[in-house]
Amino acid sequence: MIWLTWRQFRAQAWVASAALAVAAVALAATGLHLAHLYDISGIATCHARGVCQTVANAFMNQAGAAYGVLFYGGIAVMYAVPAIIGVFWGAPLVAREIEAGTFRLAWNQSVTRNRWLAVKLALIGLAAMATAGLLSLMISWWASPIDQALPLAAGPNDRPLNRFTPLLFGARGITPIGYAAFAFALGVTAGVLIRRTLPAMATTLAVFTGALVTMSLWIRPHLITPLRATLAVTTANMTGVANASGGRLRATAIVNIPGAWMLSSQTITATGQTSFPATHACSTSSSFQACQAYIGSLHLRQLVTYQPASRYWTFQWYEMAIFLALALALTGACFWWVRHRRLS
Amino acid sequence: MTVLESRGLGKRYRPRWALTDCTLSVPAGHVVGLVGPNGAGKTTLLHLATGLLAPTTGTIEVLGGEPAASPAQLARVGFVAQDTPTYAGLSVADHLRLGAHMNPGWDAALARSRIERLGLDPAQRAGKLSGGQRAQLALTLAIAKRPELLILDEPIASLDPLARREFLRSLMEFTAGNQVSVIMSSHLMGDLERVCDFLIVLVASRVRVAGEVEDLLATHHLLTGARHDPAALPPDWQVISASHTDRQTTLLIRTGSPIDDHAWTVAEIGLEDLVLAYMSQAADPAPGRTPALEVQR
Repeated sequence: MIWLTWRQFRAQAWVASAALAVAAVALAATGLHLAHLYDISGIATCHARGVCQTVANAFMNQAGAAYGVLFYGGIAVMYAVPAIIGVFWGAPLVAREIEAGTFRLAWNQSVTRNRWLAVKLALIGLAAMATAGLLSLMISWWASPIDQALPLAAGPNDRPLNRFTPLLFGARGITPIGYAAFAFALGVTAGVLIRRTLPAMATTLAVFTGALVTMSLWIRPHLITPLRATLAVTTANMTGVANASGGRLRATAIVNIPGAWMLSSQTITATGQTSFPATHACSTSSSFQACQAYIGSLHLRQLVTYQPASRYWTFQWYEMAIFLALALALTGACFWWVRHRRLS
Repeated sequence: MTVLESRGLGKRYRPRWALTDCTLSVPAGHVVGLVGPNGAGKTTLLHLATGLLAPTTGTIEVLGGEPAASPAQLARVGFVAQDTPTYAGLSVADHLRLGAHMNPGWDAALARSRIERLGLDPAQRAGKLSGGQRAQLALTLAIAKRPELLILDEPIASLDPLARREFLRSLMEFTAGNQVSVIMSSHLMGDLERVCDFLIVLVASRVRVAGEVEDLLATHHLLTGARHDPAALPPDWQVISASHTDRQTTLLIRTGSPIDDHAWTVAEIGLEDLVLAYMSQAADPAPGRTPALEVQR
């Protein structure tokens, strides 16, 4: 059974190995240069000198010009690889055997269909996890100078982007391993249930995308109760004043806690209200300074909820464990369906 | 020993029963023909026998064991599925390697010599083989695992006449020299007439008749005589088919006792006509019940 699995999978295995090798060479060549730029940028010692934002910005400008495409390309690849594994390794695994009728040939050799499925799922599932894991290791290493500089380069009123924010979180560390296992199991399950390769591929892609979006928007923020903090609003981080209902005004501000994943943010007055009365000072006829002075007198504060940078690896493990558990559940369902469903 | 033993076996696909109330006992050492029109339930019965399907009702035992329950049970049964599926991307040699890796009792010498004799190129991909060659490759896989029972589902339906003859000849060569029973299905009796010594006729999801060909021929008679009232026939005559003209009645009957009524002219019936008579029976009567006489013009 191991032989047949390898014989049917070896073309895909070669493609994956070749792609990993190409990625390794490209990332090693450029990654060393990127690490060199980081070393000479002075970011490592910036805290003592209090110049972090300046040197980090200088480094980001340099790195962005040379490797911006590669940085964002790496993120895209990191999300695409689990999807590709689910669509091209998972979905056809059983569906193609059903379409061609070859499962009748395979299931009448002296190997039970449980073993047939177990060997296929184990070997190719492990290959999927290894592929995603290796790629994530390479890309995470490659991007680590940029990932470290990102929170430092962000000013107090920049929208925070770091390895904890949703775009980067799933493209770094160990979560891609969970994604790959899940996508693969999802593809196989779709193939068993739908019994046709192309619809199973499409379904896999749709459900996988949906699962990732659901996870990062609605589930991941609540895995651990977020921390709350109240931060001062200054003229530097305030982004604007807008009309609220009832002739009142509302201020907006962006605050950034370095390395943290900011979840929500609200500007409140000293008495805890979300809006404040409009006065003549902030009308169109008065001066900008007058309005600033009025708002300064309100002692606005920013109420934020966030996941601190120290929780990053806990979240990585949780995310991987959740997707591995989903993959295991789907695998169990596959075994049950292959035993009890009419496939022909 | 029996190769196939079923009691009250039935299989339902949601609204429809593909096989109902199938009780069979097939002794070992036969080449069994499973005949019936398309959609009669032949494939369902064979899939139940290979364990590809699980029964809805009743039980089935193959070679005394539950189909596909263990590697040992799987090793005892060789199966060539309908349309003889093979892996299109794998070469002939790969298929033999597959067989060797997945069957402990694999007879590599037998497989190799068969492929040589058939003139198949081991490097050829199975997807490039002709229908007849693919069927031969599938048969080679099934017999080189050295099964006690070989099950073939319409193996020659899609082959041209020359390939059919070639396929059946190589099958018979193998069964003659080995202790192996065969069950093969077809919707055409002509395919099976020369090779089968046991027959199962399956029509509209029910078994109409099953038995050794010799017994079937000895107990079925074609009678011609003056027009008879159906009610006046001897009670141990099972009427399979009847046709009437104004003066004459022609009956196909099944009976264990000799026919000594001189009002009838008795003729023997060929296997193909016998099967056709069963296949053209009205769809609903249960086996064993005497169908009403029908007027045919």
